[in-house]
Amino acid sequence: MGMAASLTHDVYQGPPPPVDPGWGGGGDDSEGRGADRRATFTGLFVGLAACTMVFAALTSAFVVRRGLTDMNEWVSIHKPPILFWNTGILLLSSLLLDLSRRALKAGARTRFNLWWSAATVLGILFLAGQAYAWYQLRQVGMFISTTPASSFFYVFTAAHAAHILGGVAALVYVDVQALRLQLGPAKRTWIDVTAIFWHFLDGLWLYLMVLFYVWG
Amino acid sequence: MASPSTHTAHHAPEGFIRKWVFSLDHKVIGIQYYFLGLFSVFLGMSLSLLMRFHMVNPNVVVKWFAVLWPAAAAGGVMTPELYLSLMTMHGTIMVFFVLTTVPQSGFGNYFLPIQIGAEDMAFPVLNMMSFWTTFLALAVMVAAFFVEGGAPLSGWTAYPPLSGAGPLTGPGEGMGQNLWILSIAIFCGASLMGAINFIATTVDLRCKGMSLMRMPLTCWTWLVTAILALLGFAVLLAAGVLLLLDRTVGTSFFLPGGLFINDHIIANHKGGSPLLWQHLFWFFGHPEVYIAILPGMGVTSQLLSTFSRKPVFGYKAMVYAILSIGFLGFLVWGHHMFMSGMNPYSAMAFSILTMCIGVPSAIKTFNWIGTLWGGKIHFDTAMLFALGFVSLFVTGGVSGIFLGQPALDLYFHDTYFVVGHFHMIMGVAAIFGMFAGTFYWFPKMFGKMMNETLGKIHFYCTFIGVYCIFTPMHYVGLMGNPRRYSDFSNVLYLAKAMPLHVFMTYAAFFTAAVQIIFMVNLFWSMWKGPKAPMNPWNATTLEWTVPSPPPFDNFAGVHPVVYRGAYEYSVPGAPADFIMQTDPSIVPSSGH
Repeated sequence: MGMAASLTHDVYQGPPPPVDPGWGGGGDDSEGRGADRRATFTGLFVGLAACTMVFAALTSAFVVRRGLTDMNEWVSIHKPPILFWNTGILLLSSLLLDLSRRALKAGARTRFNLWWSAATVLGILFLAGQAYAWYQLRQVGMFISTTPASSFFYVFTAAHAAHILGGVAALVYVDVQALRLQLGPAKRTWIDVTAIFWHFLDGLWLYLMVLFYVWG
Repeated sequence: MASPSTHTAHHAPEGFIRKWVFSLDHKVIGIQYYFLGLFSVFLGMSLSLLMRFHMVNPNVVVKWFAVLWPAAAAGGVMTPELYLSLMTMHGTIMVFFVLTTVPQSGFGNYFLPIQIGAEDMAFPVLNMMSFWTTFLALAVMVAAFFVEGGAPLSGWTAYPPLSGAGPLTGPGEGMGQNLWILSIAIFCGASLMGAINFIATTVDLRCKGMSLMRMPLTCWTWLVTAILALLGFAVLLAAGVLLLLDRTVGTSFFLPGGLFINDHIIANHKGGSPLLWQHLFWFFGHPEVYIAILPGMGVTSQLLSTFSRKPVFGYKAMVYAILSIGFLGFLVWGHHMFMSGMNPYSAMAFSILTMCIGVPSAIKTFNWIGTLWGGKIHFDTAMLFALGFVSLFVTGGVSGIFLGQPALDLYFHDTYFVVGHFHMIMGVAAIFGMFAGTFYWFPKMFGKMMNETLGKIHFYCTFIGVYCIFTPMHYVGLMGNPRRYSDFSNVLYLAKAMPLHVFMTYAAFFTAAVQIIFMVNLFWSMWKGPKAPMNPWNATTLEWTVPSPPPFDNFAGVHPVVYRGAYEYSVPGAPADFIMQTDPSIVPSSGH
C-alpha cells in the first residue's frame, strides 16, 4: 500500500483542472461551435494522412517495380500533352477557390458565388481532361496492362481522379448551398475543409506530374 | 465530411430502424460491432474445428461434408484444397472481423466517448457508415463460400502468385479470391473511416479537465490503435487494388513471367514481383498485430488497477510504452519475410528492431505485475480474464523472441511453432482481452450483471483449454511439423506428432464447447440478470458516473468536469478506496 500511496500523491493528485496548453479540448470547454470546427479539421487532416499513405504505398510499389525491371526494358510511355493543360486548369481552380474565400471574408457574396462556381466548373473540366488523356492513350494502343509504366500511369491517375470526384462533390454541395443562400456559420467550416482538400489534391497532382515526367 | 456532434447535432431517435439499425449513437454502433464480431468468431471457430477434425481423421467419410461441399468434399472426404480454403477463411475472418473489430470498433466505440466525457463520436454519420461498410465487407467475404470454386485458398496473407494467377492455381482462386480482395478493400475503407473518427474524437472532444495524461489507458490504446489502422489499412488498400488489377485486367505488379502452373505456362504476365506484395502486405500486417492486441492491453491495465484497488504502476511509462510499441510496430515488418531470401544485413536490422519491441512490451508486463504487487486483489471473472491476458501475452511473447532471430526462423517459419506463437499472443490473448472487457463493461452496456459462477467456470475451462491447444503446437513445430498441410498421417517422421495432434483436436472441441457457457451467460444475463448498479466495481472512470445503461447523450446534458487521473485507488485519507475522476474534493494528505 505504501507504494500506492506515494504514487498517488506524486503523479495523480494534481491541482484542480488545468488549462491544457496542448492540443485538444481537454483544457477548455469543448462545447459549442469551436470544438465542432476543431474536430472537423482534425478529421480532415487525419483523412489527408490516410490519402498520403495510399499514394506513398503506390509510389513505393512504383519505385520497387521500376527497380526490378531491366533498365533497357523499362519503356516510358508517351504522355499526352493535354496533361499540362489539365495541370493548369487544376491550379487555376485552386486559385479561384482562394479568391472566392477572400470574397466571402470581405462580405462579397456574389463574387464568392461566381468564383466558387467557376472553380467547380474547372474541377469538372479537369476530370474531363483526364478522361480525354486516357482516350488518347487508348488510341495509340496504350492500355493498363501494356507496360509496367502504363499500368502505374493508369493506377495513379485513376486513384487521383477518384479523390477529385469526392472533391468535386464537395464543391458542388457548397455551390448549391451558396446559390440557395444557405451559407450559415456551420457551412463556413465546409467551405474551408473543401478548399483545403482541393489544394491537397492540387499538390498531389503536381507530385504525380513530377513522378511521371522524371521517372515514369 | 459529416459534421461533428454536440448533443444538439442529432436527437434521440424514435422508431426501430433509426434507433437500432441505422443508428448514429456510438453506443448502439459499438454493440452492433460487438455482435458482428460475435457472429464472426463462431464462424471462424467452426472452420477451425473442421480443420482440426480433418487433420486427425483425414480419410473418414462424413456424409454431411458431401452435402455442404458437393464438389470439394465429394463422397464425404475433404480435399486438401477445401482444407486450405477453410484455413484461409478462418484466418481472414478471425483477424479482420474479430480481432480488429471487437476490441477497437466494439468496445472503443461504446466507451471512448464516455471515458473522455464526450456525448458522441466526432462524426456520428461517418461512424454509422463505418459499421455498415464493415457489415458489407463481411457479407462479401462470406459470399466467397457460395461462388463457383468456393472460398480462396491462399491464406489470410494472400501471397501471389497463388493469389494472383487465377483459377488455374486452385478451385477457390477464381471468383472466390476476387471476392476476398474486394471484401478486404471494403474493410480497409471502413477501418479508415473508423480511425478518422477515433482520432478526431480523442483529440478534440475531451471534456474539461481531461488532459491527455488523465485519460484512462484504454483511451490511449484506442488512440494509438486508430493511428496504426489509419497508416496500415491505407497501404493494404493500395496493395489490394494492385492485386485485383493483376487478376482482372492483366497487369503485372506482383506476377513474374515464366510461371508454370498446373501444366500451363502463364504467358500474359511478365516482370512483377511477389516480394513486392509481401512488403506492402506486412507493412500493414505487422501493425495489424498491434491493432489486435493494444486495446486488450488497455483493458488489462484498467482492470488490474480496478480489481487490485491500486493505481496503475507507472502510468506515464505505460503511455510511453504504448506509443513506442505503435512506432516500432511500423519498422519490423521484415521479420515476417526472413524466408524470402532478403539480404542478411536487412534481416539483422529487422531482427534488432524486433528485439527492441521487447523493451516496451516488457515494461508493460513489469508494470502490470507492479500494479498487482501488494494489492487487495478481487478475483472477479473480468479480473481473471485480465490475468489470463497477461499470462498468454507473456507465453506468446517469449516464443516471439525465438522467431525474431533469422537463423532460427528459417527452421521454425513454416512449422506449427509459428501457429502456436501467433495464436497465443495475437489470437487468444486478444480474445481474453475481449472477454475481460465483456465481463467488466456488460453491466454498463446492458444494465444487468453477468453470472459470476458461470463466468468463472467458463474462464478456467477456456484458460486450460487454450493452453492445451496451443502449447503442444510448439513441440510439434520443433519436430518440423509443417503448417498449412491438410494431412500428415502418412509422414513417417511425424508419426510421433500424431498423438499430440489428436490431443490438440480434443482440446479444441472442448474449448469450443465451453463457449456455450459464455453464450448462455451472455444472453441469459441480458434478459434475466440482476439489475446492475451505477458503479458495480467501485471504479473511477467517467462511464461509472452515469446510469447503466447510459442515457442517449451519455451525461444527460450535464458536461462532466474531470479533476484527477484515472486510477486513484486506495488514496490515504480518502473516505473510500477509490476517488472518481469527477470528484473535486481535495483529499487531506497523510504525508509521505
